[in-house]
Amino acid sequence: MRGGATLILGAALTAVFAVAALVSLVWTPWPVEAINIALRLKAPGDGFLLGTDHFGRDMLSMLMVGARTSIAVAILAVGIGIAAGVPLGLLAAARHGGLLDEVIMRGNDLVFAFPSLVIAILITAVFGPSATNAIIAIGIFNIPVFARVTRGAALSLWTLDYIRAAQVAGKGRARISMQHILPNIANLLIVQGTIQFSLGILAEAGLSYVGLGAQPPLPSWGRMLAESQTMISLAPHLAILPGLAIVLTVLGLNLMGDGLRDLLDPRLRRTR
Amino acid sequence: MTLLSIRNLSLDIHRRPILREVSFEMRRGEVFGLVGESGSGKSMTALAMMQLLPPGARASGRAVLGQTELLTQSEARMCRIRGREIGMIFQEPMTALNPVRTIGDQVAETLVIHGAASRSDALKAARQRLDRVGLTADRFPLSRYPHELSGGQRQRVCIAMAIALRPSLLIADEPTTALDVTTQAQILDLLKGLVAEEGMGLMLITHDLAVVAGMADHVAVMQAGRIVEQAGTEALFRNRRHDYTRALFAASSHRPAAVAAAPAADKALLAVEDVRRSYALPRRGLFGPAPRMEAVRGVSFTLKAGESLGLVGESGCGKSTLTRAILGLDPVQGGAIRLFGEPAGPGMPNRLRAGIQVVFQDPYGSFNPRWRVERLVAEPFHLLAPQPGRDERRARVAEALEAVGLTPADMEKYPHEFSGGQRQRIAIARALITRPGILVLDEAVSALDVRVRARILDLLAALRESHGLAYLFISHDLHVVRAITDRVLVMRAGEIVEEGATEAVFAAPRHPYTQELLAATPVVPADWTEGTPHEALV
Repeated sequence: MRGGATLILGAALTAVFAVAALVSLVWTPWPVEAINIALRLKAPGDGFLLGTDHFGRDMLSMLMVGARTSIAVAILAVGIGIAAGVPLGLLAAARHGGLLDEVIMRGNDLVFAFPSLVIAILITAVFGPSATNAIIAIGIFNIPVFARVTRGAALSLWTLDYIRAAQVAGKGRARISMQHILPNIANLLIVQGTIQFSLGILAEAGLSYVGLGAQPPLPSWGRMLAESQTMISLAPHLAILPGLAIVLTVLGLNLMGDGLRDLLDPRLRRTR
Repeated sequence: MTLLSIRNLSLDIHRRPILREVSFEMRRGEVFGLVGESGSGKSMTALAMMQLLPPGARASGRAVLGQTELLTQSEARMCRIRGREIGMIFQEPMTALNPVRTIGDQVAETLVIHGAASRSDALKAARQRLDRVGLTADRFPLSRYPHELSGGQRQRVCIAMAIALRPSLLIADEPTTALDVTTQAQILDLLKGLVAEEGMGLMLITHDLAVVAGMADHVAVMQAGRIVEQAGTEALFRNRRHDYTRALFAASSHRPAAVAAAPAADKALLAVEDVRRSYALPRRGLFGPAPRMEAVRGVSFTLKAGESLGLVGESGCGKSTLTRAILGLDPVQGGAIRLFGEPAGPGMPNRLRAGIQVVFQDPYGSFNPRWRVERLVAEPFHLLAPQPGRDERRARVAEALEAVGLTPADMEKYPHEFSGGQRQRIAIARALITRPGILVLDEAVSALDVRVRARILDLLAALRESHGLAYLFISHDLHVVRAITDRVLVMRAGEIVEEGATEAVFAAPRHPYTQELLAATPVVPADWTEGTPHEALV
């Protein structure tokens, strides 16, 4: 697929869910807390556009609020990763070969050595399950990813003449990192951010699925999947809809990341 | 006997004309030189006949090798021809070899791919070819890896790969441009010997007229995708029929007008006193100290006000390491550097830094691509206290741009909107902005085409006079150093082996290494340029 089409399709898919999440802040077709057992397990179209769940709650409303939960968790987690990882990566690159570089990168390895889910379980075991703790857990896992990407890209820039020219102009490492390095690796970070964002949504769904993420009554795609398990033969739409939402959001973000990378990387643009 | 015949070869890439009706012939056992500036289409000519073109390229015309029409062959047929019928050597030996495979494997691979030999026979043949290019079995077993070899040795491996199947045509694209002069001389000798002994044809693509003069039987001069002049080498050098050929010759031997300002005799702006620089190499074991590399071993010299001092040496001689120390980017491990009478080093005050500025080699890597020229040129203002206000900044940037032959309107542009020569002018403007006393020119004209280089050298000479600058001119290029410096230092293995007035050193070098350097530098035979004394070549 051509880069432009990839980007447009990815951005469109992402936009659909982003808009749904935003709209859910002010309006949902039905209140998501409204339990009406009489209207339970309605098939899609039967008075409710996407049917109802086992408590008679409107699926469309649940999915919209679920999108909000997923996106909020993922954005904050990526934010934590960028806020901590990028400065660490810049610092490590600026002090390349020094003790600080070594300490930062070995610290990274340590975090990397734990699977993200194990970290999440650890955190929720200590602090109790909640959306906030899921954010922190996923965020911590994002830090080394951004630190590594930043350091790798920054290192290659540090060998360039314009960095030397800035040094000759008396600029310190921090100033050079902010003025010269960061703007020139920003496109890489944007692409990595998109990819981590989709991974964050998957992680949030996974944590909620095992009950470590957002707690009821706040709807979440992962928990909707988990709760539908026992009724899958009775009302398959309960599993299919949140599953589809997760797949389409992640797909959209990944396509957008690929498209952005092609757009922002002149080397790939040339060969297209 | 005609080996290769190119007839009306034209090439467009995305409808942009690259080559226009290029025609020439090569014979077996002949060296054919293709000279021109960057972008003239000399490499594209070779790539077009090998069908190694980027997407969107369309070639027309004829290219006949022996009996085979190359341009109409299928990709599968071309794969058999490349390597077997045509061997190719590239400019950059550092990236032309696969770093994770041994040199024996890589040379043998060509034979195995073409089904010319079994693996064990191929390795035997590889040994033979490596011997032929001067890499003997005792010092260079097949099990060596590329990183264990120097640049010149790697280029020999590339040549061994190219000649593995004894192709009838060898294309060498700037084969010695990335190498030191002494290494260059050896590689050129090797190529010449191969042509004579194996009877292959050599297409030598280069920007260096002196290299062509010493190597080629026939020369074609290319400009903007066309061959403007071709003839036997000596005839072409003597006659120079086309204006462009004449311009190229004039530029390559160009020497800016002598600067009138004589250096003030006793005022040393920069004093380097017994400076030593060493750095730690990777540790060999878990314990024990890391071995240290002595890059600069006790170098002393002074740079006087208004003087132009050359520092020549081959790669790895320590000149870059020394430069970094002089610019105060790295500490010294021994000795001292004094700028304007004050001690210099990484911690030196900004007002001292403002007095010494630098221009680097690469006009493409010298600027943050996201900044406009105004901000780029104004960057060293960081060194001034108090920093000038916005209006004064703009006025001074405009002034600096005008001093280097650009216009104040260029302030609003981004670096990618300029050519290589213009960028080097911007780099000079940036270096001038703090009104320094010393300009360090670190291979500042090495990446430029000869005609652009001539203009930048003129500019440097003029600026030296108008701004009262002292130059520390670091280069591996002896022609350029001779053209622009008053005094020269010859550096080798971290030490200065010879020092003296430039003309005296070049006319009568005393140290064997200087003699070797000068002897290895390719020159155009003096009598070829008779009748054109104003263009006397170095």
